[in-house]
Amino acid sequence: MVQPTIEETRLSTEQAIKTYREGARITDADALVVEDLSVYYETDNGTVKACDDVTFTLKQGERFALVGESGSGKTTLAMALMRLTRPPGHIAKGSVTLNGRDITKLSDDEMRKTRLSELALVPQGAMNSLNPVMRIERQIVDGIIDHLDDDDPKPTKEELQETVRDLLTRVGLRPSVARLFPHELSGGMKQRVAMAIGISLRPKLIIADEPTSALDVVVQRQIMQTLGRLQEGLDASIMLVGHDMGLVAQFADTIGVMYAGKLVEIGPVEEVFSDPKHPYTKLLIGSLPSLQEKREFLGIPGLPPQLIFLPEGCAFEDRCPSRFEKCQAEIPDLFDLGGRREVACHLYEEEAKS
Amino acid sequence: MTEQSEVAENSSPSKLSSFTGTSLRILSGILGNFVVKRFLFFLFVVWIAATVIFIIPRLSGQDPVKEKLLLEAQRGGAMQTGLDEMAKTYQKRFGLDQPLWTQYTNYMIDLSKLNLGTSIAFFPRTVNDIVFESLMWTLGLMGTVTILAFILGTLAGAFLGWPRRPGWLQYVFMPLLTLSAIPQYLLAMILIFIIAFKLGWLPLFGGYSPSTLPNLSWDFVVDVLRHAILPAFAIIFSAIGFWAIGMRGMMINTQGEDYMIQADAKGLKGSRIFMRYAVRNALLPQVTGLALVLGTIVTGQVLVERVFSYPGIGDILFQAIRLSDFFVIRGIVIVIILGIAGATFLLDVLYPLLDPRIKVRNT
Amino acid sequence: MTDSVASPTQMNKAPSGGWDQFNEERIVPIKKYAVRNPSLIVGLVLLFGMLFLVGIGHLIWDTEMFRPLSTPTRLAPTAEHPFGTDTQGRDLLAIAILGTPLTLRIGLIAGVVAIGLGTVAAFLSAYYRGVIDGAIRSIVDVGLAMPALLILILVRINVGRELSTDEMGIAIGLTSWVFPARTIRSQVLVMREQAYVELSRLSGTSGMGIIFKEMMPNLIPYITASLVASVAGAILASIGLEAIGLGNLSDPTLGMTIYWNIQFSSITLGMWWWWVPPLVAIVIVFVSLFLISSGLDEWSNPRLRKRV
Repeated sequence: MVQPTIEETRLSTEQAIKTYREGARITDADALVVEDLSVYYETDNGTVKACDDVTFTLKQGERFALVGESGSGKTTLAMALMRLTRPPGHIAKGSVTLNGRDITKLSDDEMRKTRLSELALVPQGAMNSLNPVMRIERQIVDGIIDHLDDDDPKPTKEELQETVRDLLTRVGLRPSVARLFPHELSGGMKQRVAMAIGISLRPKLIIADEPTSALDVVVQRQIMQTLGRLQEGLDASIMLVGHDMGLVAQFADTIGVMYAGKLVEIGPVEEVFSDPKHPYTKLLIGSLPSLQEKREFLGIPGLPPQLIFLPEGCAFEDRCPSRFEKCQAEIPDLFDLGGRREVACHLYEEEAKS
Repeated sequence: MTEQSEVAENSSPSKLSSFTGTSLRILSGILGNFVVKRFLFFLFVVWIAATVIFIIPRLSGQDPVKEKLLLEAQRGGAMQTGLDEMAKTYQKRFGLDQPLWTQYTNYMIDLSKLNLGTSIAFFPRTVNDIVFESLMWTLGLMGTVTILAFILGTLAGAFLGWPRRPGWLQYVFMPLLTLSAIPQYLLAMILIFIIAFKLGWLPLFGGYSPSTLPNLSWDFVVDVLRHAILPAFAIIFSAIGFWAIGMRGMMINTQGEDYMIQADAKGLKGSRIFMRYAVRNALLPQVTGLALVLGTIVTGQVLVERVFSYPGIGDILFQAIRLSDFFVIRGIVIVIILGIAGATFLLDVLYPLLDPRIKVRNT
Repeated sequence: MTDSVASPTQMNKAPSGGWDQFNEERIVPIKKYAVRNPSLIVGLVLLFGMLFLVGIGHLIWDTEMFRPLSTPTRLAPTAEHPFGTDTQGRDLLAIAILGTPLTLRIGLIAGVVAIGLGTVAAFLSAYYRGVIDGAIRSIVDVGLAMPALLILILVRINVGRELSTDEMGIAIGLTSWVFPARTIRSQVLVMREQAYVELSRLSGTSGMGIIFKEMMPNLIPYITASLVASVAGAILASIGLEAIGLGNLSDPTLGMTIYWNIQFSSITLGMWWWWVPPLVAIVIVFVSLFLISSGLDEWSNPRLRKRV
């Protein structure tokens, strides 16, 4: 079955670029440095390279969006950054440096304490990410309690209640939500609770994994606005994983495009949308519907490759309109084009050298 | 509800207090209604079961009472005097020549007064008398053992289904679980042979030693406990496996839930994720399962009692079958069904305390 | 596989239906899978190993000696009677050879009847919903409160004659379909909501078409596992019925052998050779069925596979 390449795209390209965030406070400090990160799944039929040699840097205060078709490895990458890859998957190689520490080298307990306090996950499909048999306040509080050090003073019940009230207000919920169970909340409210949990320990990096899927358009907007506001309040960085190009264009500073487990293009959102380099990105952006010009929806012909039988050369080769001999033989490196633009395509080898 | 209406509600704090009050009132209304519903269903189950029990003998076209009396008459002699009286009593009680509908009504009226009739074999003792005497033994043993097995088995299953358990656990428990496939009464036989017959550590059969008289002395209590150990162990051993296997499966299913991934992402301690997230959720189907297999538990118990000649309902049932004492058999079946339906009703009513979602679902 | 392996997390999802896909995705990898699922193999080997021995026994042993008084009584195992004889002069090897398949036969008949009825009820109930669902659910809920064994006892007492083994199998099947009906129903309910069933419904496939083309192939492993569990349950019930004295006194089933053992207190008489063989046979039957059923469970629920 051919899936539409980009589901539920709701904003035209032109409009998207116009709403691009102005006056973003991106500093020069590296918040997250990912180098050669690879996540492999060992199966009976061989190794599935769900995420292969991914390298990118996230600056403090930056909003980085990771896009790609479902199955391109976005969520795998996000889970690997949290070190939550589950067997039979495993981090095969690479390093993830968060605020100067390589978290792939941390002990399990150190990693546990790092989660939520330094990097938090706002999950995909917040619908089921809350424990159905626990009141909201309890679910917010237990993350806080489990991050107390032995010598920390125990917070009183009142202090915790106050914290919960404050967090709920900050994500735009009334404090009485604390006493409710998840099934008593709407989808948008649950997503807000998930955000409240995510910011409860003031992390420096928030990974938001498709935080708006399964919500209606109006709610999506509100959620993204809240997320942006929270980020600015915390002075944190955000990695947004999503497939909704419209939302991404509105929200992010930088965009990374994934295809078949590889990062194929990185660049400032504005530039990538106006001048995509990688043939895949070109097709992806070209297929966005436009308000000005009504035409038939175009997908990208062909299917993404099976991650278990990757071709010897570029994974996009058989679908690529601009392929040439080298594509079949050799996997392209990520070439630096300057101006924070990188692309993994043999077409740009010369340009990168010059 | 759309996000916008939530925002609107948010902006009016005056509604807050009345909101809680109303929701409490609605909740208690729902809960009351729910209990009434479940109780009506309990009555329905008992009524259907009683009707089935009424119909079965009439479908076969045979009358176990007459047949039994005939059998006794053929043996002749000593019984002859009691026979006429008995026949008369039965004819009067059941109005065997009356129309079926009247018979049914009388039967239901008797049943609603919990009057189970009179024994044929132990005439003129009533069935109530016989059944309730043995019921104490059965309930005492089965109640304790079922709860114990449920707790132990669920715990074992919880650990077995936990990815971060120590590896050796599997190699110790899995063979034990396989052994739990052995029927309880066969395990009972093995236990009798080894522990009671070969080693002589515990009594072979019965609920208490024939030489002692039932009283409340320390010796008697110890004697009763000594007699209960083997039957209890026979039941617990295989029941633990059943609960452990179910719980293990549920734990593994729970691992795939989004809230488990999120619990990890929240950096919670392993022990908290285990108890409050995994076990707490995996427990719900276990409790539902308990309601589903009550019938099997009773059946198993009945047979174990038979093997041990334990003076509970199972042993009485066997005696009644041997003596073709139809009314005692019927009485036992009714009592057991009452017990199962009653326990199911209790579980149904208590279940919302475990699962907050159920209140909504049942309205 | 026609579908691309989208992502590792999606690999375990149910196939999108159809017999062809069932063959490709379920049957072909079965060999590889067997290595990973040893309990299925061990279970099958145990069961068929035992049946093989029974088959050989039929060929080389005089099974007519199962009748009472055909041998001297109470003989401990000797060369002439390797399994010994009982109090009523039956040859216990002949009993073991005849009884094992007879007991399995009762279980198989009952299991097929119970799963057949249960599956039909489950599909009617879950697929068509409404009044049918309400009626079937009520019957099932009432049925769960009435232990099959007790109903069988009532029926048996009132029939007033001994049931043949086949009749007993059918009777047990008729009284034990409610549990599978309930569990299969909930499986159908889950499946009903899945996208590929929805898609098939939207593209105009009839109710029967959806049930047989889309749902059945995916439920086969689950139904098979239920069947095996049902067979075990039925054997348990039949032995129980026999042990309590309601079996066919002239049939040499495993359950009747247990009955005679209890009746003549063979344990306290020290006649271990009388009760050990049927006990071992029953244990092998149950353990093998248990292993097969949990192996099949793993097959039908992929989540149980690698993780633990």
